[in-house]
Amino acid sequence: MSRRSSALMIPLLLAVAGSLLAVDQTSAQPPGAPKELKIGVVSFLSGPGAPHSGIPTRQGAELLIEALNAGQVPPPHDKRGIGGVPIKAVYTDEAGPVDRQVTEFRRLVLDEKVNLVVGYISSANCPAIAPVADELRTLTVFSICGTQRVFEDAEYKYVFRTRAHQIIDALGIARYVLAVKPDLKTIAGINQDYAWGRDSWATFSDTILQVKPDVRVVDALWPKLFAGDYSAEITKLLAAKPAVIFSSLWGGDLETFVAQATPRGLFDQSLVVFTVADNLLVPGPGRFVPTRTVFGARGLYGPLTPDTPLSRWFGGEFRKRHGYFPIHDPFNVAASILGAKAAFEKALAATGRWPTVEEVVKAFAHLEYEGAAGPIKMTLGKGHQAVEPVGFGIVKSFDPATHEVTLEQVKTFRVECVNPPAGVKSVDWIRQGFPGAVCP
Amino acid sequence: MERLVYIAVDGVIFASWLFLVSLGLTFIYGVLRVLNVAHGSLYALGAYMGSSLVLLFLRAGYPTALSYLVLLGAALLIGLTVGPFLERVFLRRIYLKEEVLVLLLTFAISLMLEDVIKLVWGVEPYLVNAPYLALGQVKVAGVAYAVYPFLLTGIAVAAGTLVWATMARTRFGRLVVSVIEDREISAASGVNVPLVFTFAFTLGAILAALGGAFTAPMISVVPGVAVEVIVLAFAVAAIGGLGSIEGAAIGALLVGLLRAAAVHLAPELDLLAIYAVMALVLLVRPYGLFGRAEVRRI
Repeated sequence: MSRRSSALMIPLLLAVAGSLLAVDQTSAQPPGAPKELKIGVVSFLSGPGAPHSGIPTRQGAELLIEALNAGQVPPPHDKRGIGGVPIKAVYTDEAGPVDRQVTEFRRLVLDEKVNLVVGYISSANCPAIAPVADELRTLTVFSICGTQRVFEDAEYKYVFRTRAHQIIDALGIARYVLAVKPDLKTIAGINQDYAWGRDSWATFSDTILQVKPDVRVVDALWPKLFAGDYSAEITKLLAAKPAVIFSSLWGGDLETFVAQATPRGLFDQSLVVFTVADNLLVPGPGRFVPTRTVFGARGLYGPLTPDTPLSRWFGGEFRKRHGYFPIHDPFNVAASILGAKAAFEKALAATGRWPTVEEVVKAFAHLEYEGAAGPIKMTLGKGHQAVEPVGFGIVKSFDPATHEVTLEQVKTFRVECVNPPAGVKSVDWIRQGFPGAVCP
Repeated sequence: MERLVYIAVDGVIFASWLFLVSLGLTFIYGVLRVLNVAHGSLYALGAYMGSSLVLLFLRAGYPTALSYLVLLGAALLIGLTVGPFLERVFLRRIYLKEEVLVLLLTFAISLMLEDVIKLVWGVEPYLVNAPYLALGQVKVAGVAYAVYPFLLTGIAVAAGTLVWATMARTRFGRLVVSVIEDREISAASGVNVPLVFTFAFTLGAILAALGGAFTAPMISVVPGVAVEVIVLAFAVAAIGGLGSIEGAAIGALLVGLLRAAAVHLAPELDLLAIYAVMALVLLVRPYGLFGRAEVRRI
């Protein structure tokens, strides 16, 4: 080689090396990764379930997905998208009968070709969707639906739920009631007549009667979902005068019940406990939260949200966009998306390439990761069902300007107090006297 | 003993609400032979318009005592604008067609109106219950009742009486009755049948919106109220006989009392009560309590 050509070699080699490095940096996506990851997000976008639950869920998902794609989420979820792959959301309406939801799920997977599905608010839909998710081998993460039946009555490979089921709400509030009213004599319930309402009341009444068998159940009322009128039920409760009234009413039903019960003095006469009271914090004209009721937010959410970098960021951004601190639904859907992200990235790290869905579900089982409002542990249901702590307080005041409540006599219950141990069904755990529970 | 009082009071309260929401539906069927599925949407429009107007009214500092007139105004506003529009633009074209087509059309209108409501009012829930709270409570047999539902009872009775009086005592009412009996002979006798139809549909729309407007202070107005109401309104109208006002009143009373009895005596059967009554009545009287078989005119 001549001296001139060898002199050219070094800059040439440097240029080639430089261009190779440049190419490496732009292809930050792992080998085998899709161009984008499509996520189906299902929640009530129309009908009575929308204003208090479905729309906040969508708002939470939109906020998180935009921030993930822009790489703006605080650690440990600061990697862009999922494993570097940008996310594209497909929002679907959960309204309508169960069989329509099953059809919609199939459409999402087979027509829209989503890579995973998150969401689902209704306890009527989750048990129906789960077997279809396994049939279609699609990673599905339930965000909000509460019935414990999903993972207690069956096992699934591709289905996960990243929030605790209704036991923490109903059992937790029962423990709270027993703590603030140790001389409790009578209870009653008003719950919607479907899985959520039935399971919630059974858990509450079974827990109370297990701890204090001398308590009398004076009434159990079953208005239909989205009933809209509770005059007769309120009359009955006023006549029966129970010390405590348990209600898992949510959404517009909860608001209507509160509106109709307040002028009749129901909240003065009995201690009314609401497991989904944080629905009342969604802004709208005339909103109010009755004082001297027990406030539940389906976990440590709303006024009970722990202060973590992620909760501060998510809550702050949500409030900037929508004018109120998020209720449990946006936090829950965020936990689902972050859980899927954690699972994908764990599988990615293990294999060094874009993982198969089987590798992702393997990584997701028994996963522990940082959710949007505290840690999420996938402990129950063979690693497919999350456990959470819960907290309650009595409403002292409500500020309609900020949509915030002030609670007093706040009590929190740790995970081991309000979630059954692995392999034990909720009903059995309560009937056996909560073996293994660690309660204050 | 007190329980019977509670069942009676709760039953009458619920019955008056049922009558108010089914009156417009049964009236429109009686005159136009149109099963108006969009009735629920007119009710919802009344509820949303009533809530918004009362909200603006109260925010402007006017007294709550006048908000009831605002609710009435909201019902008239909806009835007098949407009613004639729907009748002239859509329904007029299909009067002589098969009933199933009419049903499909009114169903389509109800879906469109559902989306119009969302476009105008959004999806946030409206809880404007100042008119409800303002009337306070009254004790009946030791239990506190809100006074407002009794106002609804009064409105239901007034609306029913007004419609009956209009049909029985006014010239317009006579024209409507003649159109109901025989459309063709009425037209041949010089009755302006299309105008009668427009008036009748508008009155039905006002009644639907009235139900919605005066129910709004008692509930959280959310998307989907239309669907819940239309199912109940149909059941009550079917029990009473489609087209019969007395039938709607008796049907509402029957359903109201039975539902109250179910809640007080057997809460598990609450849902069953309404539809069991409907099934039983229709088994015995297929055209409803006061309905009558239509002789088909060739």
